[in-house]
Amino acid sequence: MWHNLAQLVRYRGLIQSLVARELKARYRGSVLGYFWSFVNPLLLLGIYTFVFSTIMKNSEPRTEPYAVFMFCGILPWTWFASSMLEASNSLIAGGNLIKKVLFPAEVLPIVSVLANMVHFFFGLPILFGFMIARGHLPHFPGVLWFPVIVLVQLVFTVACVLVLSALTVHFRDLRDLLANLITLWFFATPIIYPYFLDGVKNYIGYFKWNPMYHLIVPYQESLFFDTFGHARSLLILGGASVVFFLAAYWLFDRLRDSFAEVV
Amino acid sequence: MTTGAAIELSHVTKVYRRFSGKQFATLKSALLQRSILRDLQPKETFLALDDVSFTVPKGSTFGVIGRNGSGKSTALKVIAGITKPTGGSVAVQGRISALIELGAGFHPEISGRENVFINGIMLGLTKREIHERFDEIVEFAELKDFIDAPVKTYSSGMYMRLGFAVAIHVNPDVLLVDEVLAVGDEGFTHKCLDKFSEFKRRGKTILLVTHSLGLVERFCDDAVWLDHGQKLAEGDPKRVIGAYLINVESAEEGYLAETDARAQEEVAVVEAPPAAPDAGADAAGPDSGPQNMFQANEGRWGSGGVAITGVTLRDAAGEAGHVFQSGEAMTVELALKAERPCDDFVFGIAMFNTDGTCVYGTNTDIEKYDADELSGEAAVRFVIEALDLVEGTYKLDVAVHKKDGAPYDYHRLLYTFRVKSRTKDAGLYRPRHHWEFSPTARLTRTDE
Repeated sequence: MWHNLAQLVRYRGLIQSLVARELKARYRGSVLGYFWSFVNPLLLLGIYTFVFSTIMKNSEPRTEPYAVFMFCGILPWTWFASSMLEASNSLIAGGNLIKKVLFPAEVLPIVSVLANMVHFFFGLPILFGFMIARGHLPHFPGVLWFPVIVLVQLVFTVACVLVLSALTVHFRDLRDLLANLITLWFFATPIIYPYFLDGVKNYIGYFKWNPMYHLIVPYQESLFFDTFGHARSLLILGGASVVFFLAAYWLFDRLRDSFAEVV
Repeated sequence: MTTGAAIELSHVTKVYRRFSGKQFATLKSALLQRSILRDLQPKETFLALDDVSFTVPKGSTFGVIGRNGSGKSTALKVIAGITKPTGGSVAVQGRISALIELGAGFHPEISGRENVFINGIMLGLTKREIHERFDEIVEFAELKDFIDAPVKTYSSGMYMRLGFAVAIHVNPDVLLVDEVLAVGDEGFTHKCLDKFSEFKRRGKTILLVTHSLGLVERFCDDAVWLDHGQKLAEGDPKRVIGAYLINVESAEEGYLAETDARAQEEVAVVEAPPAAPDAGADAAGPDSGPQNMFQANEGRWGSGGVAITGVTLRDAAGEAGHVFQSGEAMTVELALKAERPCDDFVFGIAMFNTDGTCVYGTNTDIEKYDADELSGEAAVRFVIEALDLVEGTYKLDVAVHKKDGAPYDYHRLLYTFRVKSRTKDAGLYRPRHHWEFSPTARLTRTDE
């Protein structure tokens, strides 16, 4: 396992070019090309603004402007959810590589995560532009946590997709199960509602078990709210993610030999 | 350069696990029965390689032959490191490149140029190395004008050529080739072979898995024959190919015997040969009769009275069989039984190739034998001194009929035999021949 992990570092060139290929291939043939990476979140933001400022007025003053608040949670969530959905299928889709080429299989789900991370980064300028437009800028010390949160999410997501992709090879129904689970997960995480609502506080014992809670709330605190109060739980999640990653990699490594035969 | 082993397999066993039914098992049931880990254990196993050992010396070209499903490709995958052997060990020295599936990593949406880079990186090259070899790769693939078009617009030949070009320019120490020379046209195949020769000259090791025995004979220094996962022979290619061919022949022999038995069984079921009323009408015009008959499918008909009870094909040594060497003797032996003595009978025989073309047909009447008497059990032997046919599968008609053509017993295409030949000449018939050249046209025979 350690040997394979070390190999993974050697494959960074491959991962890099595969991520680039993924991004290129996605918009190949469309007129706007890369620009879609900006247009998509922009349109989304436009819709939210319209709906939550005109149709369904937000009654919680602390989450104003609501569209900005929501976007702070939606962007990282989209990264996580798309990574999970794409990666669960990545080994099956890349079956040709696994069966016919000497190829480190873990590269495939990791590439899904990284490609979606790039999309996440593409969305950030839109978010910041919108923040400036609405005059709601992130406060200074909190925003410094932002890279830390991204790093924790990266480790956590990679660990998740390693387990998920390896198991999906054997249990194809995980793909369909996952689509529903992600929807449920979305509403179980304080993304469209703030974490300090009474409804959340009453059930905080349950919320604490949701790892995404400990990521999304810090994102919101770092980018939107004035105080950064969840540093401790974020760091605990970070530590746990590293352990989780090692366990996930161990599982992936154990199942590795079965991929070429089952895919 | 030729010391040491490039590839060494020792007692390699590969068991494929068949996760039978598991593909359709649901996660739910696995969870309910708490059997996830148990379900990941195999239920059935399939032995793809069974204690196979061989050594490929550095700088040699090594052929692997065998029938479909004999474990050739598995051996290649084990050597390439794509799958791990269940038992035994594999040692490979130097950079390895496997031409197993060409262009396996190509992405259809992006251009050939970008795919070359990514494929090259997958195969272990660095960006700089690819830059250096890029022009060479494109030229080799003959895709100069199309290299910036997305790969999805390529024809399958172009796709394969590009895949081959990238893989061969990895510049490996050990090249594994799995039946990929069938790509591209004649010209490209020659180019590939030239490239292999160049590899050979430079002292690189090539492992060739192929069904093309000619290629193995021409190119390889050594060969190994795998069958059902086991190594049956190893060594000089000619000897290994010889042993393999004998085995293929005996398998074909068994298959042909089975086909014959089935054909005869089928007609036995619909036996009761009715004296076809138009059989007489056919006989009225001796020219039109056989022609119509030649269009008939296999079967058996006739009025009875005289029956062909058995047909045996024998080789020069008198052994019964279905596979014969071109140019050797063959005897068709008919066993007959006449219910009552009769004096109007003709024995006939005809050979057809798989297209249905009559290769040869004759009977005792044509050859001026006058029938005197046939009674009880009898044997007729049609002795061919030299079976001068080209390689192929042939079928036999045998018949005993009246002088006017009305059949007693007609067996249509019920017997099959195969002619084997080391010479791949064309046509039907091989006249006994040799070549003569004036001293100014000098040629050398390569097969002896």
